[in-house]
Amino acid sequence: MKWPHLSPAAIPLLSLLALLGLWIGAAALTGDAEILPMPGALLEPFWRELTSGALPYHLAHTGLRVLWAFALAMTIGTVLGLVMGSYPAVDRWLDPWLVVFLNLPALVLIVLCYLWIGLNETAAIIAVTLNKIPNVTTILREGARARDPNLRAMAQVFGMRRVTYLRHVLIPQLAPFIAGAARSGIAVIWKIVLVVEFLGRSNGVGFQIHLYFQLFNVALVLVYSLSFIAVMLLVEWLLLQPIERHVRRWRAP
Amino acid sequence: MIRVDIRRKAFGETEILRDISFTVAPGSTVAILGASGIGKSTLLNLVAGIDTDFTGQITRTERIAIVFQEPVLLPWRSVLQNITLVHEGLGAGAALDALARVGIVDKAALFPGQLSLGQQRRVALARAFAGQPQLLIMDEPFASLDPATADDMLLLTERLIAETGPATIFVTHARREAERLADQIYELGGSPATIVTSQPRKETP
Repeated sequence: MKWPHLSPAAIPLLSLLALLGLWIGAAALTGDAEILPMPGALLEPFWRELTSGALPYHLAHTGLRVLWAFALAMTIGTVLGLVMGSYPAVDRWLDPWLVVFLNLPALVLIVLCYLWIGLNETAAIIAVTLNKIPNVTTILREGARARDPNLRAMAQVFGMRRVTYLRHVLIPQLAPFIAGAARSGIAVIWKIVLVVEFLGRSNGVGFQIHLYFQLFNVALVLVYSLSFIAVMLLVEWLLLQPIERHVRRWRAP
Repeated sequence: MIRVDIRRKAFGETEILRDISFTVAPGSTVAILGASGIGKSTLLNLVAGIDTDFTGQITRTERIAIVFQEPVLLPWRSVLQNITLVHEGLGAGAALDALARVGIVDKAALFPGQLSLGQQRRVALARAFAGQPQLLIMDEPFASLDPATADDMLLLTERLIAETGPATIFVTHARREAERLADQIYELGGSPATIVTSQPRKETP
């Protein structure tokens, strides 16, 4: 059998439509809107939450936490990764820590942060950041190891200024690794943020999911999670991908 | 005046270089000749100040330029930026001049990846000479080029050295290149490597 020829842009769209079809099929088989409502049945509660301001309010809180944890984890993870990738002695000492933190379940870090710091915003953001740092560090350590020693030698001999070196030599070399860490980072961080909110915050998408979980309101659980997925997809398409394209433009097409 | 006086250079227990001393006057060219693997690049790294872990003393000038065996350009910056980022005091006009002198001013806006290897090496030469160096260091600058391109590059380098007049140190394994460019040739040999013969350029028409 030969597959009909489809344009590359049509395939993700069709694939998503198939997922929607699966949902409709499952909802029809379930026959109980309490357990799995039809996609169309979500529109009304979505509109209600949107116009009452509840949805934007909780989305904004979650978004802010994602942003904070993302910025902190990327900065600290990048610096750590660079240091570990550049100095093998430091790497030998810190590598076992990295392995421990990489294998520490997110839930454990979250609970410990809440217990030690308190049920507050600081603890929430620290918990998410700590969960993500080891991952960023691992990726950036590879980046630091993959640097071209000749470029460094060239910059040194010509007496290039440190700031220029950082901006035009070091960061462009690390860009593919930073982009990789950022994309996998944002995906992991927002999921952990929801858990953090679920366990110990009084606003945000995770808190709302907790609330409607206790009320056994599947429709609103779906409304909140799908809304946030949509926001993160927009960030990916409108922000991360264009940045990546811009940074990669020097590569021959 | 460039003074090189290396007593000893070792990697761990393995001694690579021993007792290598020479001077290079402004405007003159010294070639370091030797088989591959003898330690020529190690010597250049010491002279350039890239590697500072050795016993001895090296006196350098302030403005140093280097040409590697590979072009070693920033592939993510335009050809013009590859010059101006390295020489920040230099305006775009002077950088374009430097590109004009190696005959690729029309490529200024392109990325290095869009140039042929020969053109990339010209950019590396333009970058080296744009800063009016007092000391020019070249590491096998004509290796891995086809004979015709190598000849072009040799002519171009000769002309740029004559115009700018730096003290030049270059390493090569090709005696022909050394005899063509250098006023003085030092041949490395032995293990650890040291200067085994020293000869001034023979023919001057």
